[in-house]
Amino acid sequence: MNWTNLFRISLKALANNKMRAFLTMLGIIIGVAAVITMISLGQGAKKNIQDEISGMGSNMIMIHPGGERRGGVRLDPSEMQTLKETDYKMLRKENLFLAGISPNVSMSGQLISGNSNYPSSVSGVSTDYISIRQLNVAEGEMFTETDIRKSAKVCVIGTTIVENLFPDGDNPLGKIIRLNQVPLKVIGILESKGYNSMGMDQDDIVLVPYTTVMKRFRAIDYLEGIFASAISEDMTDLATADIESILRRQHKLKDEEPDDFMIRTQQELSEILDTTTNLLTTLLACIAGISLLVGGIGIMNIMYVSVTERTREIGLRMSVGARSIDILVQFLIEAILISITGGILGILTGCGASAAIRWLGDWPVAIQPWSVILSFLVCTVTGVFFGWYPAKKAAALDPIDALRYE
Amino acid sequence: MSRTVIELNGIKREFIVGDETVHALRGVSFSINEGEFVTIMGSSGSGKSTLLNILGCLDTPTAGEYYLDGISVRKMSKNKRAILRNRKIGFVFQNYNLLAKTTAIENVELPLMYNAEISSSERRKRAIDALKAVGLGDRLEHKSNQMSGGQMQRVAIARALVNNPAVILADEATGNLDTRTSFEILVLFQRLHAEGRTIIFVTHNPDISSYSSRNIRLMDGHVIEDTVNTNILSAAETLASLPANEDD
Ligand SMILES: Nc1ncnc2c1ncn2[C@@H]1O[C@H](COP(=O)(O)OP(=O)(O)O)[C@@H](O)[C@H]1O
Ligand SMILES: [Mg+2]
Repeated sequence: MNWTNLFRISLKALANNKMRAFLTMLGIIIGVAAVITMISLGQGAKKNIQDEISGMGSNMIMIHPGGERRGGVRLDPSEMQTLKETDYKMLRKENLFLAGISPNVSMSGQLISGNSNYPSSVSGVSTDYISIRQLNVAEGEMFTETDIRKSAKVCVIGTTIVENLFPDGDNPLGKIIRLNQVPLKVIGILESKGYNSMGMDQDDIVLVPYTTVMKRFRAIDYLEGIFASAISEDMTDLATADIESILRRQHKLKDEEPDDFMIRTQQELSEILDTTTNLLTTLLACIAGISLLVGGIGIMNIMYVSVTERTREIGLRMSVGARSIDILVQFLIEAILISITGGILGILTGCGASAAIRWLGDWPVAIQPWSVILSFLVCTVTGVFFGWYPAKKAAALDPIDALRYE
Repeated sequence: MSRTVIELNGIKREFIVGDETVHALRGVSFSINEGEFVTIMGSSGSGKSTLLNILGCLDTPTAGEYYLDGISVRKMSKNKRAILRNRKIGFVFQNYNLLAKTTAIENVELPLMYNAEISSSERRKRAIDALKAVGLGDRLEHKSNQMSGGQMQRVAIARALVNNPAVILADEATGNLDTRTSFEILVLFQRLHAEGRTIIFVTHNPDISSYSSRNIRLMDGHVIEDTVNTNILSAAETLASLPANEDD
């Protein structure tokens, strides 16, 4: 076989038909680039959400009042008041699988400090809240058990609150901020956590002892929720089961009665979100797959037309002594060159587009090596196959028929 | 007596079209020696092209024996025939059949591209020599679409010469050209003949027969006349006597 010359012939034929070669390539470029970009978008979103969830807290367990919603209708407000402070205390005393536990009650309103005010809300929590949510106190201190016992008028604030209430750069520590006429002394400032993927500002936060919210702000005897964290991820199920039995006992529920509370774990949340993001990735992959298919059909189309269009050329080559195999190899080399060049350009375009989306759109993007390899392989195989098939037909032509072809 | 290049024995070629059989050749026998310039004439549909295609190993006869340079072609595989065409045959077509957007030299190199035994420098040298031989030594890099019909046919003749074939086959090679250019091409063929090449020239134009050494006439797939031309006219003289730019 006369490879060098056949390679030269193919290169020459491609160079003589740059537009056709480019159009054929375009299908491959778009296909490969679409697959890479779509999959990196999907996977980027997934990774982002996973990071988000683990950033939310460590092995978190969330307990909410009210049983499983039936038909989405809440029947009675009293159903939402089933969690009490005694439940929290009992869980804290009895559950061995928890690293930390904190009640949650909140109050929203206008925060005021001097001339500045800012609409926000305060969260009534216990000291464990810091470790459950993986927060850090940057300056000052977290309030103490004593503060909780005394329903002390103290608070720990996030940086967004600092910026809005103390715009002149005064040190907020020791200053007083007010909510509903209640003065709260700032005793700590939290380290900044930035925005989460849902666009929520995690620094727009004011922590106060939960007793302060219950007694001084809202005069209620129930909790809006309880946050806890399991000792380790493996302990989450044990902890959940234990919480359930303790709360059922506390609430004196009979065996046949359903729970009047709801337990959600971080794990469950991450599984639910994983399902969602996997669905998203699958969807994007489908779109990409379709563009790949369209690309492939484009290649086949142009290759097919090209062979028909070049029948006389094939006839001429045969008349000067090209064998069928020479014709086949020439067309195959052309198809391979087009497919590989298109594949490489597609990879560059796909990676470039992914990077551009990350920079411009501030969108999470994670380029997956497997998607690069897969799309490249699929495209080159499609290209070569769709190049091979019409080439085979061309090679089987009778030289006179090919020469006579109009 | 010089060497026999072509020997045909009872060549028949039938085409099946629908449920009809077209007898394009009904038993053709003749032989051609090295150095002959043969014109094959006959009206349209008489079987000239069919015969030439068989001579050029592009087609195989339905019956009969064909020896090219002593080799039996009839039972050859498609591949072997391709190689035979590559080494022994030079084709010149009515419509030139050059590669589009391709330079003269690359067009002429084409047959040698399919011969692995010839190095690229040898190939180039031979192509240049062939183009010089047809008077296009100064047009090596011209592309096919930048040339006149006469020039394109010269490139095609150079391409037919480049593999130093046993026989040059031309099918209506002047059919698309004006009178003046036709004679220029004919001058070229006469010169090749004088250099000792074997040429078979198919034409429906009876005037051309006076410039060749032998005339074969076909009719309905039969050879009806096969004469040696004792009074060969000089195409160069005829060309000189033509009024200048007659057809331009
Ligand atoms: N491929 C083919 N299929 C069917 N009939 C053909 C084919 N080639 C030639 N013929 C027939 O064979 C006869 C001779 O054709 P051809 O050799 O082309 O004649 P010429 O070149 O002398 O004009 C014609 O009747 C033509 O129709
Ligand atoms: Mg004809």
